[in-house]
Amino acid sequence: MRVLAALSGGVDSAVAAARAVDAGHEVVGVHMALSRSRAQLRTGSRGCCSIEDAGDARRAADVLGIPYYVWDLSERFEDTVIADFLAEYSAGRTPNPCVRCNEHIKFEALMDKALALGFDAVCTGHYARVERPGGPDGAPELHRAREAAKDQSYVLAVMGPDRLARSMFPLGDVASKDEVRAEAAARGLSVSAKPDSYDICFVADGDTQGFLRERLGTRPGDVVDTTGAVVGAHEGAYAYTVGQRKGLALGRPAADGKPRYVLSIEPVSNTVVVGSSEDLRVGGIRGEAAVWLAPPADDAWFACAVQVRAHGEAVTAQARATGDEIEVRLDPAAPTLHGVAPGQSLVLYDGTRVLAQATVRATSPAARP
Amino acid sequence: MSVYLDHAATTPMLPEAVSAFTEALVRTGNPSSLHTSGRAARRTVEEARERLAAALGARPSEVVLTAGGTEADNLAVKGLFWARRAQEPARRRILVSAVEHHAVLDPAFWMAEHAGAEIVLLPVDSDGVLRVDALAAELEAHGDAAALLSVMWANNEVGALQPLAEVVALARRHGVPVHADAVQAVGQAPVDFAASGLDALTVSGHKVGGPMGVGALLARRGLDLTPVLHGGGQERGVRSGTLDTPSAAAFAVAVETAVGALPTTAPRIAALRDRLIAEVRRVVPDAVLRGPADPALRLPANAHFTFPGCEGDSLLYLLDSAGVECSTGSACQAGVPQPSHVLLAMGAGEDEARGALRFTLGHTSTPADVEALVAVLPGAVERAHAAGLSGRQRAGAR
Repeated sequence: MRVLAALSGGVDSAVAAARAVDAGHEVVGVHMALSRSRAQLRTGSRGCCSIEDAGDARRAADVLGIPYYVWDLSERFEDTVIADFLAEYSAGRTPNPCVRCNEHIKFEALMDKALALGFDAVCTGHYARVERPGGPDGAPELHRAREAAKDQSYVLAVMGPDRLARSMFPLGDVASKDEVRAEAAARGLSVSAKPDSYDICFVADGDTQGFLRERLGTRPGDVVDTTGAVVGAHEGAYAYTVGQRKGLALGRPAADGKPRYVLSIEPVSNTVVVGSSEDLRVGGIRGEAAVWLAPPADDAWFACAVQVRAHGEAVTAQARATGDEIEVRLDPAAPTLHGVAPGQSLVLYDGTRVLAQATVRATSPAARP
Repeated sequence: MSVYLDHAATTPMLPEAVSAFTEALVRTGNPSSLHTSGRAARRTVEEARERLAAALGARPSEVVLTAGGTEADNLAVKGLFWARRAQEPARRRILVSAVEHHAVLDPAFWMAEHAGAEIVLLPVDSDGVLRVDALAAELEAHGDAAALLSVMWANNEVGALQPLAEVVALARRHGVPVHADAVQAVGQAPVDFAASGLDALTVSGHKVGGPMGVGALLARRGLDLTPVLHGGGQERGVRSGTLDTPSAAAFAVAVETAVGALPTTAPRIAALRDRLIAEVRRVVPDAVLRGPADPALRLPANAHFTFPGCEGDSLLYLLDSAGVECSTGSACQAGVPQPSHVLLAMGAGEDEARGALRFTLGHTSTPADVEALVAVLPGAVERAHAAGLSGRQRAGAR
């Protein structure tokens, strides 16, 4: 197969590309330029955008003996991932930009261009497995990686079956990140000891609040409790996340003396609503813009596990499809989810298999015990 | 075996240059040393200087050896600016054509940021040729504030030869020193430094069949040039650094050989280039030739096209995987393909500029190279067209 290997400049994508080469594929390395600003290219120390990463990606391609190109997807990235990030925070929601990047950039812009240029598949260093129980030409299933701690199926679930069929994740079966680093070292890849990236790649220094303040400006408003009483003030509701406890700077203690948490953000009135930990317990979730990797036969409730954060636990639940939405009822006997915000990505699992993904639109509180 | 159509990026070393290089490489001796070995090395360097000067219409003392074209351009822009402003503090304006190579543009912009210079970007016409009327108007209005003028001999992307005779005549009237980057011109067009009337001229080794990492600034005798590299005082104190004997020797041989062969190679390459242009237009009728349509007004080895609806880097990949090597022609900023500032200055839109591909011929080019390109180009264009300006489409779709 002709395989396009996305090379971020990190160790995972380099080893993934190496494995694709070993498997006998004709591999071409592509580094995505996601930032147009030369300043950011030169000073960005983390994530996908720095000049160091582009150089490391090129060096990895050299070592593997594969061609290397830089594709400029910066405009598309700005128009989709960053615009969505800002719009979601403006609307009082909590987006996951990595999910949007996979949706719009890696497995859409990059993949579309790759397929048009004659490639058969896109290979990345994500930790997830694509299984084809029906044989090599059978329908693909997306599963959690063997290494649970690194599993990235959560951020990949947003792609539909057609795109999954064109995806290749050679690291899905590795036992640990150490195995990947050792393999990189053995292959002479200089990125073998490069630190992992955690921050949002387009936010310098990991200062999300600063980034939002710079792009969205100051928008003062009230902090209110569940009765509507004003208990404080804020400089911009986007600085708050559902479930947040620290940094609320509320002058007056709660009547019951218990700590207060952000319960919701009301964009129209520009208010941040706070309440008790108990108020954060989620009983039900509605997700919109559902993408099904395992479409249900009907709209009946079925048992599954639901995950709402990249590194969160999956909890047992009942779910059903309703139009292009997903309705979830959490199991009252199971560990509960606290503080789920609209905008977060909702992923349904059956064991290790990804069933569906949606974006949280609304939650309902758990019944009081 | 791949077909190499990117001689403007670098061209294979001439066998004569390789011999001169390897012969000098095995001999010990710092040309600045006073002992026997040093004197032998010095002799090699000075002979190289004389041969370079003779081939380019300069005096040996006018040849300042550098580690390449970029260094020579930096020395010209910075050195001329500082020297001229020291003489007349009011002279702060750096005049450059909008289609200069980054080796001229970037030092000029750096001087504006760090040394109090003002940049004047001189416009070009739709062929990429300097608008002499705009230069005349600029000099008429601000000639006494101009520190230097830099206009390339021929453009590296679209091959347009620049009207240097007119440029020099205008500048001389206003007492403005003129530098020309002739990196692409030497070996393709007659370059005579003395006859040109230029004050400074840049030449590079690896563009003419010499080694990489060597070049020269020809600086008119008596020209005031403030040094950029300081140290041991080599090259009349203008460019310190141990002289690179093997590179100087091979560079001189390459320039001498290329210039000597010019009367036969230029017509041969030009005929091959004309055929390449005709064939590309035949197999891809909507390809747009950029740069002067009159073959006499462009470098004989240069053919440059934009392919509507295609991205240059898609074409580059597809042609490379089909065994044909060429270039998008524009400089890469940190590996990120940028729309060419040359095409934008010529009035092309950003989308048009993204579809650029440059084919450049050289001393090893044959008709078979053109045939190989023509055989694979239509398929590549068709596929690149399908891929479209992919990163830019469907923006905002959700």
